[in-house]
Amino acid sequence: MKVSEQWLREWVNPPVGTAELAEQLTMAGLEVDSIEPAAGGFDSVVVGEVLEVSPHPDADKLRVCRVDAGQGADPLQIVCGAPNVHQGMRAPVALVGGKLPGGLKIKKAKLRGVESFGMLCSARELGLSEDHAGLMALPADAPVGTDIRDYLKLEDSIIEVDLTPNRGDCLGMEGIAREVALLNDCDLTPPAIEPVAAQVEDSFPVTVDAPAACPRYLGRVIRGIDPGAVTPLWMQERLRRGGIRPLGPVIDVTNYVLLELGQPMHGFDLGQLQDGIRVRFAAPGEKLTLLDGREVALAADSLVIADARQPLALAGVMGGEGSGVSDSTRDVFLECAFFDPLHIAGRARAYGLQTDSSYRFERGVDPELQIRALDRATRLLLDICGGRPGPVIEVSSEAHLPRRPAIRLRSARIRRLLGFELKPAEVVGILEGLGCAVDAEREDWSVTPPSHRFDLAIEADLIEELGRVHGYNRLPSRAPAGRLQMTPQREEQIDGRRLRLALVERGYQEAITYSFVDAGLQERLDPEHRAIPLANPISADLAVMRSTLWPGLLGALGHNLRRQQERVRLFEQGLNFISQDNEIKQESYIAGVLCGRPLPEQWGVAGAGVDFYDAKADVEALLRLGGCFEAFMFEAGQHPALHPGRSARILRDGRAVGWLGTLHPRHAEELELPADTQLFELEIAAVAAGRKAAFEAISRYPAIRRDLALLVDEAVPAGAIAARVRQAGGARLKELRIFDVYQGKGVETGRKSIALGLILQDSSRTLTDQDVQTVVDEVTTALQQDLGASLRE
Amino acid sequence: MQDDIDKLTRQALDAVAAAADLRALDDVRVQYLGKKGLLTAQLKQLGQLPPDERKQAGQVINQAKEAVQQAIEARKSDLQQAELDRRLAGETLDVTLPGRGQVAGGLHPVTRTLERIEALFAGLGFEVALGPEIEDDYHNFEALNIPAHHPARAMHDTFYFEDGRVLRTHTSPVQIRVMENRTPPLRVIAPGRVYRCDSDLTHTPMFHQVEGLMVDTDVSFVDLKGILDDFLKHFFERDLGVRFRPSYFPFTEPSAEVDMECVMCDGKGCRVCSHTGWLEVLGCGMVHPKVFEHVGIDNEQYTGFAFGMGVERLAMLRYGVNDLRLFFENDLRFLRQFG
Repeated sequence: MKVSEQWLREWVNPPVGTAELAEQLTMAGLEVDSIEPAAGGFDSVVVGEVLEVSPHPDADKLRVCRVDAGQGADPLQIVCGAPNVHQGMRAPVALVGGKLPGGLKIKKAKLRGVESFGMLCSARELGLSEDHAGLMALPADAPVGTDIRDYLKLEDSIIEVDLTPNRGDCLGMEGIAREVALLNDCDLTPPAIEPVAAQVEDSFPVTVDAPAACPRYLGRVIRGIDPGAVTPLWMQERLRRGGIRPLGPVIDVTNYVLLELGQPMHGFDLGQLQDGIRVRFAAPGEKLTLLDGREVALAADSLVIADARQPLALAGVMGGEGSGVSDSTRDVFLECAFFDPLHIAGRARAYGLQTDSSYRFERGVDPELQIRALDRATRLLLDICGGRPGPVIEVSSEAHLPRRPAIRLRSARIRRLLGFELKPAEVVGILEGLGCAVDAEREDWSVTPPSHRFDLAIEADLIEELGRVHGYNRLPSRAPAGRLQMTPQREEQIDGRRLRLALVERGYQEAITYSFVDAGLQERLDPEHRAIPLANPISADLAVMRSTLWPGLLGALGHNLRRQQERVRLFEQGLNFISQDNEIKQESYIAGVLCGRPLPEQWGVAGAGVDFYDAKADVEALLRLGGCFEAFMFEAGQHPALHPGRSARILRDGRAVGWLGTLHPRHAEELELPADTQLFELEIAAVAAGRKAAFEAISRYPAIRRDLALLVDEAVPAGAIAARVRQAGGARLKELRIFDVYQGKGVETGRKSIALGLILQDSSRTLTDQDVQTVVDEVTTALQQDLGASLRE
Repeated sequence: MQDDIDKLTRQALDAVAAAADLRALDDVRVQYLGKKGLLTAQLKQLGQLPPDERKQAGQVINQAKEAVQQAIEARKSDLQQAELDRRLAGETLDVTLPGRGQVAGGLHPVTRTLERIEALFAGLGFEVALGPEIEDDYHNFEALNIPAHHPARAMHDTFYFEDGRVLRTHTSPVQIRVMENRTPPLRVIAPGRVYRCDSDLTHTPMFHQVEGLMVDTDVSFVDLKGILDDFLKHFFERDLGVRFRPSYFPFTEPSAEVDMECVMCDGKGCRVCSHTGWLEVLGCGMVHPKVFEHVGIDNEQYTGFAFGMGVERLAMLRYGVNDLRLFFENDLRFLRQFG
């Protein structure tokens, strides 16, 4: 809402300056977005009269004018290129020595050899509007020589107020003025609005078929307006400052009332209407061509203003083509209605529209305002265009008009909600200042809000008003009190922070990528999950919900590689979205991507790229956090995103909880990522479930180590060997280390050498050589029998 | 005899002094003090002396041995020290070379900021609550007193799914879920991702919020003022001005927006605060009776406040980040600045 300060001060004129006025509004909940001057900075621009226009001797498009600008006896010679310049016209003249917005200085000049002493100006050149079609035409009675700033009263500020949706009552000058008067405790001086008596009998039938949606419909016929009438400059200026373009007297008057009182109105050309007005819902298949020229198919929940033949307007939103007033309209039908907010809300948006009218009706127009607004518009119209008004036509349904039932307001509740005691006199003063009727029964009030305050419906609404008008900042602050209660601390649960820090310590930077990704990329990396598409994505590459964190991380990897980063380690923690049995699973995962050297480039460390086992070490570090590492298992598996021979499914107690592997070379090539790119992803719930530590007595007896070198088929996984060793080793085998794996010279093709370190210990005695040999024999026998292993000499 | 001993001792002491290393020194020890050493031999000859001279001669020899022994020890110590010095000199490292090994990465600035907010409220007994990001219309809107066609919906730029569900537009639905499942008193904060269908210089389609909720028998607007004032001062570690402005949220009544003194210009007015000296950083209010009704909490018995803040905005102000979009580009040169 753009508020002309000058106009506002006609309604209410508190003894505060512009800045303080704006501050007051902001602190009362009517947030001021900006304060702009009503016109660009210019000076020495006066009203001039064009006395004579003659052609320029050397330029077709230029004219040489003699202009009376009230500067002494001799008219000024001014060269002008505007197409609309003509003899007798009054227009702004920038005098030599003057300045235009943007700092242009007016000097005596020669245009194609003809001297020019000043400049005739368009509205745009003065920063008044975008209109640059020609000179700004001033009325014939504009006093020659008068400073334009004085003539147009341009010393004004436009205060732009950003209104919250509950304050529809402030979408007019009257509403803002009411607030200002209340905040400053000063009087409102509204313009007098008197009923306009009918001069002709002409009426027009109005039928309301949808009284719930349109509880009140007022209309009036005005006959014989002057189609040549022009909107007075003062009104054009006020419209302009309110952000509305002047379009002709009838529309300008309805818009003026919109800005002044907040009541949207519509002017029909009576001659275009057939038989009568009918307010109804759209019928199936009906179409309407709107004022903006667009034809829309009307939805069944759209309220329309129709005549006997067809819909004429989208009620409360926009008029239709053909039935509105035009330059030739002589008889007008003015509409001034109250539409129920719920029946307007969302309708404009459904058609891709937002109009000044729908904006107000959605938020609630005062249901008692229509007659005043209609009289106001009639008076203004008669003053500008003449004509003879008919009687007011009214169709109202009392049953459907909004009621403002009394609200009970308890002083104890005020204290409880605000935490602050307001004096009863202040309570009553504020409420009455807001226009409420207050029925006092000690400190238990019955409060009836005014018809324009749609937002006051319950006790809390009134309490907010009390706090707001009293001033939130004048309320004290206090530290809240609560009972001290401990919160559960589950020791066996690893929190997300611990997981994040583990990866940070291992050189990873945390990334946060969008939860929606490119459908094609996700399809390639995770074809097994049906992607969940957004109905209204912001762009094609952010169109489906991620089912894995990998697309986002690979994107971030690519971004960094293209920016000269060679070693990248990123992880992300967040939800994946998986559609399963008509349900959407939203579960938390942690995933990483890495490429480049295992360690940052440094002296004394070789610099090959990372491989599967570097990534695996990081995954294992996470799996160890909960103390249940033995519950996890890695098994060779196939994942569409990963290298088929270098990928592992991660299981916890037999259930798949994640993946680890090298990016599939085909993807690496297509995404232009390095071949050593490694990926992992783990379900957080599986990693975070740990165990509480349980003490086990430390053996007082020494541990003994025996090393075994085995030869096995190369296909035998180390995991299988380890599992078999543990099983055969029994309770005395405390630890198993795989300290070497070798293939090559000395080992027959198809076999590999694997070196095991067995650490044996007993809790009750020192192991004898015999004890140790027994375990070693058990282990070797098991490996020989079950895995075809042989001891290496 | 005495002269012989003196002469031997002098020779021995000279030899000790001349010994260039530990081996040479040991040779000297063997030569004079060993089983067949020259001074030891003197001792063996004592028996040949008359008995009355033996004692004195023994003393002289023992003194000589003692002197030589001491000289050897001293020399040994010196030589050992010299040898150690030599070895240590050879082991000198360039201590200015960097250390070896892994270098830690870092947390995302949004995470850092979230953790900071969580820690401040955890100190007051606020527990962290989480909720789904794909939400149903009821939790994201209806239960928060934002019915269909409410003008506030237009301000949310919601992402929809075909089945009518939405990507949550704020963390407020977590309030509802907490109140549905638990009974007051309640003190929770709900951090997380939220989504709006909007993308330009100052908007990303995804960002983070933290929602706070406190419900108890005696919680009022002045408590809300107190806790948020306290929070902002502690979050920014500055004694900055804070003001409460009436505003509107369908799920709170009374509602307020919280402005704080601009941290970039100390409230003097700059580009960041649009020359107002104030920055809008929080929305808040007392829980609306309709919201309590939806979750079955007695309006007469309990009151509550709720607040919500934008995490990226707080992070930008705290760390001086001037472009929102940097948070989601995941450029290492950006991320590493927050180590």
